[in-house]
Parts: sequence; structure tokens; C-alpha cells
Amino acid sequence: MRRFLLGLAVLAVVAAACAPEEDEAPPADDGATATEPAPVDAATCAADAGTISDGVLTVGTGNPAFPPWWEGGTTDANADWEFNDPHLLEGFEGATVGAVAEQLGFAPDAIHFVPVPFNKSFAPGPKDFDFVLQQISYSDKRAEAVDFSESYYDVNQALVSVKGSDIDGATTLAELQSAKLGAPLGTTSFDYIEQNIQPSEEPAVYNDLNGAVQALKNGQVDGIVVDLPTAFFVTAVQIPKGVIVGQFPTVGAQEYFALALEKDSALTECLDLALQALKDDGTLPAIQQEWLADNASAPVIEG
Amino acid sequence: MAGSGGTPNLHASSGTPGLDPRFPLPPRGSRRSRILGGGEPGARSVWIAVASTVVFFGVAAILVVSSPGWPEIKSTFFNQRVFEESFPKIVRQFGTNVFIFLVAEVFVLIVALFFAVLRSLPGPVFAPLRILAIAYTDVFRGIPTILVISLLGFGMPALRLQGLPKSEVFWAIVALTLVYSAYVTEVYRAGIESVHPSQTAAARSLGLSRLQSMRHVVLPQAVRRVVPPLLNDFIGLQKDSALVAFLGVVEALQTANIISAAEFNYTPFVSLALVYLVITIPQTRFVDWLVERDRKRRQGGTVL
Repeated sequence: MRRFLLGLAVLAVVAAACAPEEDEAPPADDGATATEPAPVDAATCAADAGTISDGVLTVGTGNPAFPPWWEGGTTDANADWEFNDPHLLEGFEGATVGAVAEQLGFAPDAIHFVPVPFNKSFAPGPKDFDFVLQQISYSDKRAEAVDFSESYYDVNQALVSVKGSDIDGATTLAELQSAKLGAPLGTTSFDYIEQNIQPSEEPAVYNDLNGAVQALKNGQVDGIVVDLPTAFFVTAVQIPKGVIVGQFPTVGAQEYFALALEKDSALTECLDLALQALKDDGTLPAIQQEWLADNASAPVIEG
Repeated sequence: MAGSGGTPNLHASSGTPGLDPRFPLPPRGSRRSRILGGGEPGARSVWIAVASTVVFFGVAAILVVSSPGWPEIKSTFFNQRVFEESFPKIVRQFGTNVFIFLVAEVFVLIVALFFAVLRSLPGPVFAPLRILAIAYTDVFRGIPTILVISLLGFGMPALRLQGLPKSEVFWAIVALTLVYSAYVTEVYRAGIESVHPSQTAAARSLGLSRLQSMRHVVLPQAVRRVVPPLLNDFIGLQKDSALVAFLGVVEALQTANIISAAEFNYTPFVSLALVYLVITIPQTRFVDWLVERDRKRRQGGTVL
């Protein structure tokens, strides 16, 4: 019997060893902030909310950092980043982060970037970033898992193909019915294909943009659906014979990219204040003009 | 209460009459008694097994459920709404996986047998064929399956050769067949080599040719012996059918990926794991049963 009890104790200890460590007590000021007057500017708000490491704004994004969202090329200082080093704060998202950080009271050299794979951006538990941006579209369902800021870019989906393909020159959705289409994973492009184009051939979904581009180059798909700025990048750089067939009309609510944060983050309202200030003083439209200027020129595919 | 039973602490085999106690048999017993830890399945050992199981899993469950992160984990991994929405879709797309692994399994059986026979060919004149078979198994057992699938799935269509299929499913089946045939070749070979040479000698002395004795005497015995490891490799193949997702095929895993990305929730992965368990666990149990039956048959009726 003694051996039996000892065995039980050992089992209990083994089970207990698997237990997670205790979290620090969550800040109990949830009720307090509701009664306080809302902070008037983003910097005060951010100072109150704090960041995961003091004095530094940690921002997550995907690696490789694709243009036109990130530009400026790679650097030796941050050689882990492919295509572009986000620390340069160039490209549309780069410049946006720089402007938002300035509103929050962080100098450019106080911004630190960490690579966050798309699937990890919504993992439960403590985050190693203050917010993440990688062309993440807002949706109600996603908002159950993370906090979203207001829009920093209103986005339309577009169709990319190669010159001379069956769908090159298509102007209506009806002409895409028999096309084999593809989209990168994690975008709303796949939803758009499924819900609005509804082709007879099952669409393909690739793990990242490169996979989709490769499949289009190989002729495994007739066209890929990506957001419009990405479509410009793909046709300008990645596929020499690539062509933007057109952009799709918005169906339902306007789709937009938002900054994503840990659920119930204190920083969310600060980002909203910052974005609002940047829209009001014309900074955000100017950034868009600088990095995404040629977007208006794509023809629209009628529904 | 300690020692109230007063059971002498002796080996179970000592209770078996007619055996030399100096050479105790390895523990056999039923599956039930193996789970209970061997020995006599008396009421006491049942009680101990139940109690320690309840305590172990109870403590583990309480610790997990009471942990600070549990509500978040529950809503992210075990979300009932997402499960109900994703499970039917994933099951539907699992049809693609079933198609891929069923077709691949048929080809694996054929291709692997071919290479196994090649490798078993005797005589110096067949050296190049044996080398070919060895090189094949070495190469394809040594490369990660995902690499073979990516190389063929993205590479072959890029050649843009006339008549070469572009279908990702086609290349996925080719890749899985190549990889798993390499494993199964070794399984077959083990089976062929396990057939005693006297069988071939007897067949040859009856006037059968080399090929005939391989076909009618060696292979039937060899294949029967390797059915359990063969099925194990097939279970591996079925699981690896999910790797086709990397080529853009919207099969079960990619469906789970899509829903997961759209909902920011990992429950679809749990749904898919359940689907896999439902098809693989019966197979592993079946393999166990085959092994057990085989063992009984070989020992059946005879005293060792």
C-alpha cells in the first residue's frame, strides 16, 4: 500500500510538472480606465498604456517583407529580413508605422521589428509585439480573437494573369467562370473567389504569395487574386509577362487593412487616435500617394 | 491494510505448471492484463489501476483547466461554433486526401515489389539492377517527403513539357509513391529475406525456374509476413497526404488553414486531427490484431 501511495504521489508530481507557470496578475485597472476621461492625444494614451518593452515600440510583420508595403531593400544590420528591412520604415506600411510611432511618441530608432508569421499573429497568450501589420483585413470573426485598429488602408482585390491567357482582357465576372484561380493563404482573396466569382474549377490556395506567383508562372492556374497594390508589385517585378486583368468591385462592406493587437490591449485606442490624427492632417493620404500612387489606373471588372 | 492479501511476491510464470522455472516465459497474457501492468488481473490490481488512472488524469485535467491561459486556449483551439462550421467542410475536402492516398497505395504496392525483386536478384550479372534499386531506396528514404512533393509539384510543371501533366494532385501522387515505395521496398525485402533459403532450394529442385520459385513460393510467404509493417507505412502515407496542401491543393489541411486564417482560430486543426484519428486508430488496432493473430498462429498448438 505504501508503494501504491508513493506511486500516486509520483504520478501527481509528474502531472503537476506539466502545469503552466503562473501568469503575472493582470492589471486590474480595466474598470478604472472606463471612468477616466479618454486621453486626447495618442502620445499620452501610449504613455499610459505602456509597451511590452519600455521605451521601445515592437512591431510585428511578415518575413519576407513584400513591396510595395515595405521598400528600401535588405541591410547588413538586420540581415534576417528578406526583400526589405522594415527598420528602414520605407514602403506604405513602413511609412505608416513610422508616422503612427511618431504620434505615439516613439522616435524611428525606438521602433523594433520582429518577424511574425501570419498564423502566429493571432496565437493566444502573451505577444512578443505591441501590434502587428501585414495586410491583415478586418473581419468580425477575426475581431473575436484579436483587437483591431481602425483602417489604415481601404483595399480592393484584383486579378492578375499573364498576357495572352484565356482570361486576359476579361471585363466581367461571367468571363471568369471556367478559369482556374488561385490565392495566397490568409488573405480575403480566397473568400472573394468563393463567394463572388464562384468559378466552376476549385480554386487553389498557396501558403504565401510566392507559391501563388510560382503557380501562375507555371501555368498551373489561369490567374491569381491578390489585393490591388500587391497586384501592381507582382506584375511589375515578379512576373515579366504578368498583367492586371482588373480590380474587383467591393461587395458588401468596404474591406480594409487594420493593425492587429492582443485582445483587449490598452494600446488599441492609442493606435486609433494616432491613425485619426494622421488622416486629419493629411499624412496618411500623402503616404498612400507616395507609395501606392498608381493604384487608380486598374480597370474594374464588372459584377 | 498493507499486505493484507499476503500475496507472495513471485513471478507470474511460477504459477504455470510444467515449465522449468529457470527459464521463465516473457509475460504474455491478454491485452487487458498488459494495460493493467501484467501479472494476474486480480481485483486488487484492477482497483489500483483505476485509482491511479483517475488520480493522474484528474490532476492533469484540473491543472490544465484551472491554468490562467485555459479560457483563451479553449476559445482558440476548442471553439464549438468554429468546430461545427469547420468540421463538415474539412470532412468534405478530406475526400481529396482519400483519393490521393488510395491511388498512391496501389502504386506503392506495385513499384515497391518491383524494386524489392530487383534487389533480390542473385548473380553478378544483375549487379547494375541491384545498384539501381539500392540507390533508389537510399535517395528517397533520405529526402524529406515535403521536399520531394515541392520539387515535383512546383518543378515538373515549370518544365512546360508537352504531355506532362500540370495537375498538383498528379505530382503529389507521384511524389508520395516514390517516397513510400522506397520504404515499402525495404519492407518487402525483409519479407523476402525472411523466407528460408531451403524454400527456394526445394522449389528449384522441383523444377521451378528462379522466377517461378520467387513468384509461387517465396513472395506468397514473404508478403503475408510483412502485412503489419506494410499497413504501418500506409498509415504514414495517409497522414502525409496532407503535405499536398503545400502545392495549393485545397484538401483537408488547406481547408483547415483557410478557415483558421479567416477566423483567427486554431479549432479547424483540432477538427482535422479528429478526422485523422478516426481513420488511423482503427487501422493501428487492426495491425495490432494481425500481429497478435500471427503470433498465436505460429505458436498455436505447439509447445515451444
